Amino acid sequence: MAAKTLTIDGKPISAEEGATILQASEEAGAKIPTLCHLDGVYDVGACRLCLVEVTGVPKLLPACTTTVAEGMDVKTDSERLRRYRRMILELLFAERNHVCAVCVSNGHCELQTLAYNHGMDHVRYDYLFPKWGVDNTHPLFGMDHNRCILCTRCVRVCWHIEGAGTKNVSGRGAQARIITDLNIPWGESDSCTRCGKCVQACPTGALSHKGSTVGEMERDRGKLEFIVLAREKKQWVTAD
Amino acid sequence: MKVRLATVWFGGCSGCHMSFLDLDEFLIDLAEKIELVYSPVVDTKEYPEGVDVCLIEGAICNEDNLELLQKIRQRTRVLVSFGDCAVTGNVPAIRNQLGLGNEESVLQRAYIENAQHNPSLPREDGIVPPLLPRVMPVHEVVHVEHYLPGCPPPAERIKALVSQMLSGVEPKLEGAALKFG
Amino acid sequence: MGDAMILSDLTQIKARELAARKKVVLRVCLAAGCMSSESKGVKERLEQAVAEAGLQEEVEVRGVGCMKLCCEGPLVQADPENALYIKVTAQNAPSIVAALKGGKAEVARTDPDAPFFKRQLGIVLANSGIVDPERIESYIALDGYQALHEVLHEMTPKEVVDAMVASGLRGRGGAGFPTGLKWGTVAKSPGAKKYVICNADEGDPGAFMDRSVLESDPHAVLEGMAIAAYAVGADQGFIYVRAEYPLAIARLQNAIKQAKQLGLLGSGVFESPFNFNIDIRIGAGAFVCGEETALMASVEGKRGTPRPRPPFPAESGLFGCPTLINNVETFANVPAIYRNGAEWFAGIGTEKSKGTKVFALAGKIKNTGLIEVPMGTPLRVIVEEMGGGAPDGGRIKAVQTGGPSGGCIPAQHLDTPVDYESLGKLGSIMGSGGMIVMDESTKMVDVARFFMEFCMDESCGKCIPCRAGTVQMHNLLEKILQRKATVRDLLKLEELCDMVKHTSLCGLGQTAPNPTLSTLRFFRNEYEELLQPDKFGPPGNGGPRESARTP
Ligand SMILES: Cc1cc2nc3c(=O)[nH]c(=O)nc-3n(C[C@H](O)[C@H](O)[C@H](O)COP(=O)(O)O)c2cc1C
Ligand code: SF4
Ligand code: SF4
Ligand code: SF4
Ligand code: FES
Repeated sequence: MAAKTLTIDGKPISAEEGATILQASEEAGAKIPTLCHLDGVYDVGACRLCLVEVTGVPKLLPACTTTVAEGMDVKTDSERLRRYRRMILELLFAERNHVCAVCVSNGHCELQTLAYNHGMDHVRYDYLFPKWGVDNTHPLFGMDHNRCILCTRCVRVCWHIEGAGTKNVSGRGAQARIITDLNIPWGESDSCTRCGKCVQACPTGALSHKGSTVGEMERDRGKLEFIVLAREKKQWVTAD
Repeated sequence: MKVRLATVWFGGCSGCHMSFLDLDEFLIDLAEKIELVYSPVVDTKEYPEGVDVCLIEGAICNEDNLELLQKIRQRTRVLVSFGDCAVTGNVPAIRNQLGLGNEESVLQRAYIENAQHNPSLPREDGIVPPLLPRVMPVHEVVHVEHYLPGCPPPAERIKALVSQMLSGVEPKLEGAALKFG
Repeated sequence: MGDAMILSDLTQIKARELAARKKVVLRVCLAAGCMSSESKGVKERLEQAVAEAGLQEEVEVRGVGCMKLCCEGPLVQADPENALYIKVTAQNAPSIVAALKGGKAEVARTDPDAPFFKRQLGIVLANSGIVDPERIESYIALDGYQALHEVLHEMTPKEVVDAMVASGLRGRGGAGFPTGLKWGTVAKSPGAKKYVICNADEGDPGAFMDRSVLESDPHAVLEGMAIAAYAVGADQGFIYVRAEYPLAIARLQNAIKQAKQLGLLGSGVFESPFNFNIDIRIGAGAFVCGEETALMASVEGKRGTPRPRPPFPAESGLFGCPTLINNVETFANVPAIYRNGAEWFAGIGTEKSKGTKVFALAGKIKNTGLIEVPMGTPLRVIVEEMGGGAPDGGRIKAVQTGGPSGGCIPAQHLDTPVDYESLGKLGSIMGSGGMIVMDESTKMVDVARFFMEFCMDESCGKCIPCRAGTVQMHNLLEKILQRKATVRDLLKLEELCDMVKHTSLCGLGQTAPNPTLSTLRFFRNEYEELLQPDKFGPPGNGGPRESARTP
């Protein structure tokens, strides 16, 4: 394949024909923020965080879906881009109920990290406080719509890596939401193979393994009895 | 002249104030530079005039909060939203998900359904402040100069911000110092 | 299916139609507007009255499409005496027939030579109100399908594309992309299978141009599509219509059936190697499904959400194949262009905007309805001469074009010619043809809020700036209207407008801020009048705590 030469943030680099600006930027050492992008699945260009400036192009272009061209001059960072990115992040925080203090992903959340990187110390838009539910019907996983940013990473891994096609999007605009099959409780889905790929793909606390969320801690008191019995009576007997 | 500092506790768990007290020996250094003119830990009844800095813990939940906050804004040079409840509304604002006009059901839940003794709604005039229809982060009501998120913000971060302010540099939390939750 | 059609068949049909023409034709509008005020009943009563008077041999009662002055419907036109009857009812209809024999029609009339009609120039709507949309012969009698014959037998696909380029036609779906350029790209895109799609989603609130064209002259669209298909090398077409247009769908189905029966669609059209079929796809009425990539996803049976371009449909469209997608009105222009020549078309309009544009004229104006005017016609001619100005002596304040993607042009700019560039300079767009006139009673912030609400409700939810940004912008507009906002809120609104415009994935989000931005540009005072003092804002915002803050 032919190589294309271009500059990213002033650095001349070469990239394979057909590579995206995002792929090429890694070589240039530029860190373009992304949310809906996930290595391994096709890109949808939905979150708009990866927008970059290209000299001579009046529009901002998404790095994840724009392929490199010969002589392209890309700017991945500018005051304007940073301002837009922070606004997009603020919109996400205001949109649903991100109560980080009681979130399973607190501390290892891509949304949080991006917010920190963009100096988001508060959200200027009014929080909407919508009423969204939690689907805890699945034996292994939980879905908390309050934390979903609709990146559709779960949908794409479910369809294109696992091939199950369980996860889908339903509804429009602010009412859009991730559904299971034709909008049934996750636990009732026959198509879900319980592979857990969606949980791995999710950038936020929307999808989680059961037992890890705040208030879900299940204690096994039997273990204590077992140890006490063993220690005091030298008997190794389990409750069941 | 010493910096006239105030701290205030609105709708929050007081954890942010506890974290402030965790500043330990820094509190002694601080005492030399500041005068604590109003705070849950001192006994002033009325928020004074001419305050330099006020750390605000908690979300704005009831009419008393609202009134005092507006007074604070008028009497204070620099406001700091102190902790997640002040910055985002955090846990106190979860009741907003019930929609506007949820005050009654919130009280019902707290004082009737969950009451162990004498279930009854507290409504003494002038003693129990009415709840606002919607819990708000501080900056939704008044302009705020600085934000110190965290649930609670750990002592080092409080120290960093307060030190920056005292030494006259524009306070800014960056990198690892900026953290919610 | 009949035997392959040849030119002589076409001329025979035409001759038969002309020979059978009766002395008097009573044309009754059977487009959706007049139908909703019972024009069907009017037509039946007229037919009955003709029979009762024994005039069957002399008088034809013909159901036709839109006669444009929709506000006065049901309309009946009597030829050749050129009488246009308005607000006709089943009760008073017989008197129209009586008038043919010297009696007096007890029906109100309007002047068919009034500026509302005389200022129009019919290309797209040339047949509208004249042709019977349910009879292909009626279209053929008006030289229908001759252009297709000529194109298939006398032009190479490249010549067809070149002629389109020379005509200067630009897409009527909103953005005004040069049609010839688009055809050329699809023609050049490699691929054994190509598609032609007619975009009849028409989702702008208040717009009904495309619906009218489909209801009034469906064969013009089919012929236009067939010519386009020959030019680009496609053999399959789709018309994507919203389900809310049942009459348009029915007329299209009927027209497709008739065209197939005559061999004007199907395989070996006009004894040429050209094959072309058209199928209808019915949309559920989401505004975003009018966006070309969302529309194609919907045709493919997927969720109708836009995707980033490139690749453009011309390279990779429906099912990954090169696809030509044009608007209804764009296709309806096509037969006339090939019948009369590209130069003829290029001679109409302005330097960069050729031909005519159809508008749905609505709002605070005396004459509402459908108009087709040459590009470059000043807005003032449209609203004052043709529209008759604001009713009850009110004053016109602004004209909105482009619907939820457009802007408000204030009265002081009424001399602006209607063309793509001039409207763009004023922060509005040509759009697909909605034109809403506003008078002094219209509150511009309310207008902005209305369109923002529309965009918020119609956002597909895929990209964040549009999904979440329209909600916040709408809330801010609502807050301003409730007199609860401060200057800080206004700044937030402007900042969001800028961001959403420049970061959204598709045209819906990219243009959603336009009505707000344009009312801010020309009517900022109306926003500012609603603002409250920023009592608790930062220093400099004029709150009373100014003194407390300077130590
Ligand atoms: C949100 C949105 C809605 C649209 N709706 C329509 C529509 O209803 N009809 C239409 O012809 N074009 C519509 N368009 C424009 C189409 O994407 C496309 O540009 C057009 O059909 C191309 O045809 P043209 O070149 O003939 O104008 C819409 C675009 C956007 C962004
Ligand atoms: S998903 Fe991330 S941002 Fe949202 S509440 Fe959880 S930790 Fe916070
Ligand atoms: S559940 Fe997670 S992965 Fe799926 S759309 Fe929501 S945030 Fe993205
Ligand atoms: S701009 Fe709006 S309608 Fe277009 S893709 Fe984004 S969310 Fe969907
Ligand atoms: S990562 Fe490119 S748009 Fe989301």
